[in-house]
Amino acid sequence: MTGDLFSKFDDIIALRQSLLAGGGEDPFSLVMEKVLSPTRAICNGRDTILLGTYNYMGMTFDPDVIQAGKDALDNYGAGTTGSRVLNGTYQGHKECEEALKEFYGMDHAMVFSTGYQANLGIISTVAGKGDYIVLDIDSHASIWDGCALGNAEVVPFKHNDIDAMEKRLKRIPEGAGKLVVLEGVYSMLGDIAPLKEMIAVAKANGAMVLVDEAHSMGFIGEHGRGVAEAQGVLEDVDFVIGTFSKSVGTVGGFCVSNHPKFEVLRLVCRPYVFTASLPPSVVATAATSIRKLMHGGEKRAHLWENSRTLHGGLKQLGFQLGTDAPQSAIIAVIMPDLQKGAAMWEALLKEGLYVNLARPPATPANMTLLRCSLCAEHSAEQVQTILGMFERAGKAVGII
Amino acid sequence: MDRAEVETRIRSLIAPFNKKGADIADATTFAGDLEFDSLTVMDFVAAIEDEFDIIISMNQQAEIENFGQLVDAVCKLSDK
Repeated sequence: MTGDLFSKFDDIIALRQSLLAGGGEDPFSLVMEKVLSPTRAICNGRDTILLGTYNYMGMTFDPDVIQAGKDALDNYGAGTTGSRVLNGTYQGHKECEEALKEFYGMDHAMVFSTGYQANLGIISTVAGKGDYIVLDIDSHASIWDGCALGNAEVVPFKHNDIDAMEKRLKRIPEGAGKLVVLEGVYSMLGDIAPLKEMIAVAKANGAMVLVDEAHSMGFIGEHGRGVAEAQGVLEDVDFVIGTFSKSVGTVGGFCVSNHPKFEVLRLVCRPYVFTASLPPSVVATAATSIRKLMHGGEKRAHLWENSRTLHGGLKQLGFQLGTDAPQSAIIAVIMPDLQKGAAMWEALLKEGLYVNLARPPATPANMTLLRCSLCAEHSAEQVQTILGMFERAGKAVGII
Repeated sequence: MDRAEVETRIRSLIAPFNKKGADIADATTFAGDLEFDSLTVMDFVAAIEDEFDIIISMNQQAEIENFGQLVDAVCKLSDK
């Protein structure tokens, strides 16, 4: 008899069926039939305001960005059909890396096919056998998977707990290599890390530091370089990891660094080598977008205004939020449980609002969250509309 | 530190996490018998690490399924 390898998924299948048994819409099978702008789409047949896309700076429909992509399609074709180290590096990939170096003011930039692969590649390659990775327990899946792909010893510490991090660093055997992995903004609750203090402790204990700034690029820090810049410690970060799939508005990932030997990673980093490079149109849109983000001061200010208005408004309505004050463009609304969370998600969708339903195991402390991510293109009026939708849905579901 | 002393100290650390008050023997498993979820494991491991001033990396945790294995691992790690 053949054992069914799928029986390990039975619990997940049952949970999903029980959620759908109520006749509701499936939170994980939403289809956007038409995308009207960075903030509006037709979802499951309804005109919907998008409040869960990470499209922070609204660059997806920027005319210059779109034109750059069209030109690249015309001039370089639909895809590279090759690895960056063989036939997959075009002029556009180099230009994209130049744009990143300028954006961050750093010596080296390496573009990956996704942000996930950037973490996977850099972490698994930089920290090898006998080295130690010390990381925040709430790290993104791509960071954990980077740890799992490599051979280093993996030592997590309690979220944003400077003491817990320091204790673990001090217990690492003398002579072992150390990599501390942190994030600027943690995407589940939208809270930021005390990078200034944490990086000082990491450096005092001889560790190299990697910071994932996926959720801060473009609007946190004077030049939009992220939380490390905002806290004045970007120079002490050895590796910044980022993505094109949020503020930049397309897809891809990167690492920037001042390490003098950084370029060797192009030869030894397997998730960089053994995959096809990004299509020419994607790197062209990314490069154009990154250069425009360097001058996005006004959009940035409006995004922060949106974040403050939504946070304050939801708090006033009586919702429980992930942070006391808005720390990023993510506002997490804490749901009492998965059932109520799914009901609230559906009620909002019917109102014409899309947010992310986030649930364990992706969430800290087994919370169910409705995660809202704001866009610089949300108008002040849209934010008021959103608050009205939350009020009606919250009362209908019995959360407020 | 001998094994008996390590065992006694770990037993007292487990108490607040042993919500069902299950009996604990060397063969008692954390995931099965004590129903520890990943969050409980994290807090419990942190408590042990602080008590003995050691690191139990995720790689080492993967090898530890029951109480007896934990006591052995802590003995070994605190001897270094």
